[in-house]
Amino acid sequence: MNRLFATSALPFSGALRMAALVFVAATLLAGASLLPQTNPMHVSAFVVSLAGKYLAYAMLALAVDLVWGFAGILTLGHAAFFALGGYAMGMYLMREIGARGVYGNASLPDFMIFLSWTRLPWYWWGTDHFAWAMLLVLIVPGVLAGVFGWLAFRSRVSGVYLSIITQALTYALMLAFFQNGLGFGGNNGLTDFKDILGADLHTPVTRAALLFVTGSVLAAALLLSRLVVGGRFGNLLVAVRDAENRTRFLGYRPDQVKLLVWVFSAMIAGLGGALYVTQVGIINPGEFAPANSIESVIWVAVGGRGTLSGAVMGAVMVNLGKTLFTAWLPEFWLYGLGLLFLCTTLFLPQGLMGLRRKQVAPQNIAEEVTPEVSTPEGNEA
Amino acid sequence: MDNFKRFCLGVACCLALALTGMPPARADDFSGLESGDFDQVCASITGLAGSGNPQAVTVLEALEQHALFFAPAGGLFIVHGQTYTDARTGQAVATPPDGVKPIKLNNRVRKALASAQAELALASSQAQERQKAADLLYVRHDPAFLPALDHALASEKNTQVHLHLLRARAATLLAQPAEGAGSVDARIGAVKALESVGGLEARGLLAAVAAADVEAPGVRKAAADAVAHIDWHLRVWNVLQNAFYGLSYGSVLLLAATGLAITFGVMGVINMAHGELMMIGAYVTWMVQQAIRGTVPALEPVSILVAIPVAFGVCGALGVLIERGLIRFLYGRPLETLLATWGLSLVLQQAVRSIFGPTNIAVQTPSWLSGSVSVGGMDITLNRLAILVFAFAVLGGLMLVLRRTALGLEMRAVTQNRRMAALMGIRTPRVDALAFGLGAGLAGLAGVAVSQIDNVSPNLGQSYIIDSFMGVVFGGGGNLWGTLAAAMALGMGGKVLEPTVGAVSAKIAILVLVILYIQRHPRGMFPVRGRGVES
Repeated sequence: MNRLFATSALPFSGALRMAALVFVAATLLAGASLLPQTNPMHVSAFVVSLAGKYLAYAMLALAVDLVWGFAGILTLGHAAFFALGGYAMGMYLMREIGARGVYGNASLPDFMIFLSWTRLPWYWWGTDHFAWAMLLVLIVPGVLAGVFGWLAFRSRVSGVYLSIITQALTYALMLAFFQNGLGFGGNNGLTDFKDILGADLHTPVTRAALLFVTGSVLAAALLLSRLVVGGRFGNLLVAVRDAENRTRFLGYRPDQVKLLVWVFSAMIAGLGGALYVTQVGIINPGEFAPANSIESVIWVAVGGRGTLSGAVMGAVMVNLGKTLFTAWLPEFWLYGLGLLFLCTTLFLPQGLMGLRRKQVAPQNIAEEVTPEVSTPEGNEA
Repeated sequence: MDNFKRFCLGVACCLALALTGMPPARADDFSGLESGDFDQVCASITGLAGSGNPQAVTVLEALEQHALFFAPAGGLFIVHGQTYTDARTGQAVATPPDGVKPIKLNNRVRKALASAQAELALASSQAQERQKAADLLYVRHDPAFLPALDHALASEKNTQVHLHLLRARAATLLAQPAEGAGSVDARIGAVKALESVGGLEARGLLAAVAAADVEAPGVRKAAADAVAHIDWHLRVWNVLQNAFYGLSYGSVLLLAATGLAITFGVMGVINMAHGELMMIGAYVTWMVQQAIRGTVPALEPVSILVAIPVAFGVCGALGVLIERGLIRFLYGRPLETLLATWGLSLVLQQAVRSIFGPTNIAVQTPSWLSGSVSVGGMDITLNRLAILVFAFAVLGGLMLVLRRTALGLEMRAVTQNRRMAALMGIRTPRVDALAFGLGAGLAGLAGVAVSQIDNVSPNLGQSYIIDSFMGVVFGGGGNLWGTLAAAMALGMGGKVLEPTVGAVSAKIAILVLVILYIQRHPRGMFPVRGRGVES
């Protein structure tokens, strides 16, 4: 049933090339935005923040591909980790506003004063320190993924059941974050940020620097992920994906293997969310919407599941398409996205990367799966 | 001499009659109405009600309808168009005096008027009128009406009305300050009477009595006990009411989830476009309604009954189409099917938005489905009751199809062991297509039901889909009993938690509980069994 490649078939050079491409493109764009406006090579602030947003989404796609492509877990709730990372960064940015808010209170964000709170909730403590906020960006999604994954994988929840409960997880978080009482600004979320590490968020230099950082972090995450899925651990991961029971009978612990990659993936998603917030300037509960998670899966599917580089490429391409579509033909975007889901699953099961691979290594492609051998509860995707 | 005396007497009588007949000559029950002063108008209204004057009902009714006029020089007239009637005598007046003005009403006057009319209605010959009047006085509990209530109670024969009068009297008696308002026993009796009435109104009165310093301790204690008793009753009814809401929501979930469970059970496919099929079912209901309104308006009240088979047919056909055109290419890849159907749901949503517009459309609820009946202390809305009945009828019908028809047998065979079923000669692709069509048709039925209680817009499907997924996963796909148990548990659980923690937190709690439950039972409450399930 394996329609995917073993990691050994995944050349390291591919990830390296994509990482280099991302890094160079981000650097060039950031540099070009600093050129004087009269220069023909100048890029506007809009394009810079757009590019930053795409790269942040690419982090999310990378995270989804790690679990879906290599561990066979179709997550429909990864946007939860992305948004949690975003909220952690948002907390820091809120505290950076300090006394410059509407109410001029140095220690409390505006929305808390609006709710007539008198002191910071404990979970906001220390968020004025950048380092602690960055730790939270990794810890919060990591711990949530750890608890959720430990429970789910230990009791062997799999297939569609797992997908549905990941969706329930992000849906529950969305409902929770919509509530004012939770202390994250309710409906409006966190916004009106002023600066980061003392640098004004609205100046071209800061924006360029953020894009550069996002590109570098993405490139590093891509290489790190490639290292994780390569080698012995990667082989184990693929073994779990393709034949979980067989791997268990060989003496491995599939639940632990899955948990490790699941937590790692959640952290990458959280980091992506943090980078996203700095460039988009707002984080609100809408980011938890189940539809967002499902959309991130299609980025991976379009690029090529189980290829890492493909996920990055898919995220950038689909989002670029979305931007163009919604600008020109707003009412047709949902048709476009819907057809993308349909066509990718029907005609391009290995995504765009699969097109290239077919020419390189056709012998790796497994035979078609016929309906007769399917099981009602197929644990394979 | 005799004749002269008679003549003189006659003249005197005529004079006297003439004099007393002159409007301004006498201060009677009506004169306050002519004053133009609200205080006096109120006093006069209350006086009239108690006077037994035969004109009282007519005059007060005219006053209520702004048809009672007064002349500055004196004289009250009921004016209907151009005809003037003397309010005191009820006789037509040919030439009304100059400068007649309507009597103005303010809120105080209106209140006095309503109470006075109620008092008058207590003497009505219609039992229904008397009961209405008693209820009004119960809500008012104005001590001024105690004599009127006593009077009415003495002569009331109808037991139902007697009961209403009793509680009105009890409320009125207790509303008076304690001094000189009946003996302690009478007041305790009134407390008991109110206690048996129950409800928030009675509770408020009793709580006030329990807290009043001037009351005798016995009365206060009785009132406090009564309040506790009523509170307990209210709580019980409140729980029952919530249970009904829970059942009602559960039945909607049940309708939505059975279709999903069918497709999930037979094919292992979660149909993400299921919510959109529901939405289409709701739009079909609307279209059927419009069509019937345009052709045979007389049949409009039953258009919903026509919509049921039409929605089932349309969605079912669409389902077969989806299976033949899309799902069958993705067998063996349930997770990718999930993605493909999600894509389909986006397309369907946008298509409906393009055709019918993004705003809500108004599906009319027929009159026989609107309104509510109250059972004890709870309100049962008819449309929700109908959906509850409908959901169970659909479930029963589905059970019959699965147990008693050839298709049902084949579907169960494929669910249990697809390969073996195929070897036994069952055409599994056909079963798949029909099963998917059946599931889609059920979504259409759910759409018809939902159109009666919810906004119908292109987003309708989205709001039900997660809950119905939870229903299927929680219940363990492919087993209708499991789906029933899960839908009802989700519906009831949410509504039971709601009063204490709030609607959103209740929903979050339910989601978290289901997530945790799945950890213990990875395949739901009633997992599918059979060889094919082995992972």
